[in-house]
Amino acid sequence: MSRHPGLNLDASHAPAHDQAVTLVFGFWVFMMSDVIVFGLLFATYVAMSDALAGGPGPHDLFELRTVFIETLLLLISSLTIGMASLSMKHERDDARLFIWLGLTFGLGLAFLSYELHDFASMVEKGGVPSRSGWLSAFWALVPLHALHVSAAMLWLVVIAVQVLIFGQDSEVKLGLLRLTVLWHFLDIVWIGIFTIVYLGELG
Amino acid sequence: MTLHQFLDTAFGRLGWDALPFWEIVRHPHDGKAWLNGLIASGAASLVVFGALAVVVMLTRRRWWRSLWSGWLTSVDHKKIGIMYVILALVMLARGLVEATFMRAHQATALNDTGFLTPEHFGEFFTTHGTIMIFFVAMPFLTGLINYVMPLQIGARDVSFPVLNSISLGLTAAGAALVMVSLVLMPFSTGGWSGYPPYTERSFNPGAGPDYWIWAVTLSSLGSTLTGINFSVTVYKERAPGMHFFRMPLFCWTALCTSILMIFAMPPLTVATALLALDRYADFHFFTNDLGGNMMNYANLFWLFGHPEVYILILPAFGVYSEVFTTFSGKTLYGYRALVLATMCIAVLSFGVWMHHFFTMGQSAELNAVFGISTMLIGIPTGVKIFDWMLTMYRGQVRLTVPMIYALGFIMLFVIGGTTGIVLANPSVDYQVHNTLFLVAHFHNMLIPGTLFGMLAGYTMWFPKAFGFRLDEIWGRRAALGWIAGFVLAFFPLYGLGLLGMPRRLHAYVEPAYLPFTVVALVGTLLIVAAFACLCVQLWVSVRDRDHLSVRAGDPWDGRTLEWATSAPPPEYNFPVVPTVESKDPFTHEKLDGKALQSPDDWQDIEMPRNAALGLVLGLVGFLGCFGLVWYMWWLVVLAALAGLGAVIARSFTRNTTKTISADEVRAQYMEWLENVRALPLTVRSQESSRANNGRAMPVMKEQQ
Amino acid sequence: MPLTLAVRDRKRSPEPPVAISRAASAVAVAALVALPGCDGIHITFLDPQGPVAAQQRTHFLIILGMMAIIVLPVLVLTPWLAFRYRYGKHNAYKPDWNFSWKWEVLLWGTPAVIVVVLGVFLWRNTIALDPYKPLLTSGPPIRVQAIGYDWKWLFIYPDLGIATVDELAFPVGGQLALDLTSQTVMQAFFVPALGSQIYAMSGMVTHLHLAADAPGRFRGRNTQYNGMDFAQQRFEAVAMRADDFDAWVQKVREAGPLDSRARAILAAQNTAQEAAQNLGVTMPLRFGSVPPDMFVQTSQPVAAAKP
Repeated sequence: MSRHPGLNLDASHAPAHDQAVTLVFGFWVFMMSDVIVFGLLFATYVAMSDALAGGPGPHDLFELRTVFIETLLLLISSLTIGMASLSMKHERDDARLFIWLGLTFGLGLAFLSYELHDFASMVEKGGVPSRSGWLSAFWALVPLHALHVSAAMLWLVVIAVQVLIFGQDSEVKLGLLRLTVLWHFLDIVWIGIFTIVYLGELG
Repeated sequence: MTLHQFLDTAFGRLGWDALPFWEIVRHPHDGKAWLNGLIASGAASLVVFGALAVVVMLTRRRWWRSLWSGWLTSVDHKKIGIMYVILALVMLARGLVEATFMRAHQATALNDTGFLTPEHFGEFFTTHGTIMIFFVAMPFLTGLINYVMPLQIGARDVSFPVLNSISLGLTAAGAALVMVSLVLMPFSTGGWSGYPPYTERSFNPGAGPDYWIWAVTLSSLGSTLTGINFSVTVYKERAPGMHFFRMPLFCWTALCTSILMIFAMPPLTVATALLALDRYADFHFFTNDLGGNMMNYANLFWLFGHPEVYILILPAFGVYSEVFTTFSGKTLYGYRALVLATMCIAVLSFGVWMHHFFTMGQSAELNAVFGISTMLIGIPTGVKIFDWMLTMYRGQVRLTVPMIYALGFIMLFVIGGTTGIVLANPSVDYQVHNTLFLVAHFHNMLIPGTLFGMLAGYTMWFPKAFGFRLDEIWGRRAALGWIAGFVLAFFPLYGLGLLGMPRRLHAYVEPAYLPFTVVALVGTLLIVAAFACLCVQLWVSVRDRDHLSVRAGDPWDGRTLEWATSAPPPEYNFPVVPTVESKDPFTHEKLDGKALQSPDDWQDIEMPRNAALGLVLGLVGFLGCFGLVWYMWWLVVLAALAGLGAVIARSFTRNTTKTISADEVRAQYMEWLENVRALPLTVRSQESSRANNGRAMPVMKEQQ
Repeated sequence: MPLTLAVRDRKRSPEPPVAISRAASAVAVAALVALPGCDGIHITFLDPQGPVAAQQRTHFLIILGMMAIIVLPVLVLTPWLAFRYRYGKHNAYKPDWNFSWKWEVLLWGTPAVIVVVLGVFLWRNTIALDPYKPLLTSGPPIRVQAIGYDWKWLFIYPDLGIATVDELAFPVGGQLALDLTSQTVMQAFFVPALGSQIYAMSGMVTHLHLAADAPGRFRGRNTQYNGMDFAQQRFEAVAMRADDFDAWVQKVREAGPLDSRARAILAAQNTAQEAAQNLGVTMPLRFGSVPPDMFVQTSQPVAAAKP
């Protein structure tokens, strides 16, 4: 039996399990340092929320409708990537895995497109980072999340290619497991952005 | 595209004026421009010709291949540790030269004279601070932990060996960036803390602050990854029976330092990244205008900066703990209290950052709270000092070189602690903040604290790493030189600070300052001499290595696992993973006659293969940041793509380990064992003599 | 505890730890200080010229005295332990001894008690010497608005309508009530012989209160590095008798106005001498009249980008 709840590795090879546990633990620790980065950017954002410097404010720039759609997209993608890792744990065929991975990728892409649209409309209305301290804080925090999502999507593609080449070997499994951790983490960060940046400012 | 446009794209904003002698060309009749141009050009030539000389030597001795496969692509924690220490020592040499120039300048700067230009002086104190913190202290302690900690917990390597070499690559890239700034000037003049708005583009548009930003960023990324790696290693790789409360104290301090790195390095990364956004993309985080606020930077920087102080000091505390027990032939007094004190310090270190800016105008109550929380750190630190003293009590104390450093440390560190308490009091801090008193205080913590600790560790574990001891006489000269030099160089700075002399001062008119600056210069020269002694010591020891050989591996009657294996240890550290039954396991093995046994259960050992990823990422990190400094955008894009490509390519590698067969391991071990068993036992009175062969008679047996 | 009380304490009779540390450090202080600086300028709080600096020195000495309780035994016992238990002395060896409750209580207790005592002093003095709080000395405050420039200080006397550069005069008996800001990067205003230093930052106003015991000249400067001529950014604070101060004010009134040309020259990166040269006047650089809203304007958060 697997000693790690998230995946099924080669049953015969005990050291591989130890290494897997260490690897995933290490990734959690890494995520912890990322939490600090985002935490500080949130704090900076809150500290600078009054620094409008006469420029446009949240009411002029934010569209809650698209942000709500983005939230939904990202939440659903968390579900689909969860399904992908479940399908890998139970060692279903590659096709099923690809369907879930593909769905996740599509949802991520849709999320990013909506977000790019938001950014473009902000720029159109004069909400550029050089305009005020508040806008600087916004543009450091939210696009960094988008950058994380893009990186996670690239990782997802790499994993998909590796499945094609190597099949569902333990490296691929560990990769997907860590990607899932990252993806859920980005979901949580987004919920922070949704409540603090968007709802908080408009409320 | 015209040639002009092409050159603009290719070289960005890099022009002739970046060359160190350009000031001479511009002001050929100005004596000061000549002098400073010559100093800068001399330094630049040292970098260029030094690099050339290394290349020539490697080529002529045909060392490239062994350098590549034995070192640069090695993921062995011992090799990586050694490379970290080499990096630290090289950078230490530069930092010392800079210190000497600054002291020499101040000793001649009465009535606004002095030989350095203000810009040059500004670069000196900025690079000195940046180098000493990020490229001397950090790599030195990272190197020591890298080498020693896995051995002490009975592991074969760290948890993530390739990540380890990536950390080294990034740190070395940052150091290389600082070195290149000698050839293509200028560096920042904003001090090691880089406070905006001074470092903002509106006040300092040149390349200087950008060099600083990227060098520090590279180092902070490397250290974050190191922290993750070390803490996971301590959690997951301990040998069977090595419970947390059996770990040597050095491992505890390594763990606490790593945890601090994980939490404290990201604030620095965020601070420098936001400053970079301000400078490159016209953001307004810390600018004077449009809602920027530099106080946010102060908070971010010191949220890193204060825990950083304990990142630097805790591993040294670990080394001292090992030194006092080993050279007193006695178990550590108050082990649990020391562990507790270490944890207390690590936790408290996050609650004191505001004491770096009591003078910013916040409320008196807030200042008082942070002042008291700062003084609280004095309690566990004091306990540690007493614990080390009580470790000597009723022991068998040998005054070896590490012990000289350790005794010097205790006596000087309590003085630094006193001035720390002085600074923790806001009402007095209002008088000594920003003065040389502050400078003297943190040097008092970092030289007798961190650096003496690192040098003690270097002396103690060098024989483990290379199989021969360091020369004792030159080591004593160096240690005494460091101690005396420190006293002469920094006690006068306390005086100057109390006399109101600010730090970073290029010139002054107060005659009262002069005698102090002259004594400080003498002290600095003494420190340089001590460093020279270290170089001579290394040379003499390598020359006499056959006489100093301690291949049996236990030159100091060591107490912990690293002394149980050969010197140097095999790649896999231990032929069979040891089982631990107590604290000080090796001492108990020796007393119970269980040392130097041949195990009967031999197994194949799986070790990581070499990987070039760390080297590649270090290289692209350097090139990308160099491109960012000079606005060579093509280089930035290329480097980013290459880095991303390398990481993705690595993820497709499947064959990452190699197997060393049980037979080979056994053969190697048995050969060593036979040699060792033939050696006579060394008693402690022969410890510093050539009779020390690395097979120790336990001092406890000797005294029975 | 109000500051006057503290000041009176100092004059009446020093508390016991003060007396000890005073005696102990008198030698050190005498060795440190050429009293005063050779050109008659007081440069340090060890030679205090005002109530704040005097309090700070007392506090400093108390800390040194208290810490001596730990430091001196360590300095003596460390070499003694290393010598007494040196290798080869067989009789006393106890290799497994590693704990004793008696010692443990002492080890944690001593520093803890010292920190508690010092903590009481810390709290009281931090509140009492809060630079934002007016000193409870007799006499009216002299309001001064200080603006940090690269590389000089402008001192505006709003109630008198005059301004000076790198020259801070005030009458003895009154107190200086300073409002500070910076027109450029962060700076720190510091007159050691009188009292505390405080940062001056763009877009913000900080406050500081100082007083002098007797007429005299005191070195003041910016202590926060701000570039090339940072070292030149020093000034003299001068405490005068009331009639001397009035005469000084009259003299300053004769100087030219701080008009837009002068402001532009001050805003450029230069020292006081260079600014005076550019203005075509001789040092000391003084202004007989000042726009009344100049400090408020300078200390406003900057809304638009600077040219």
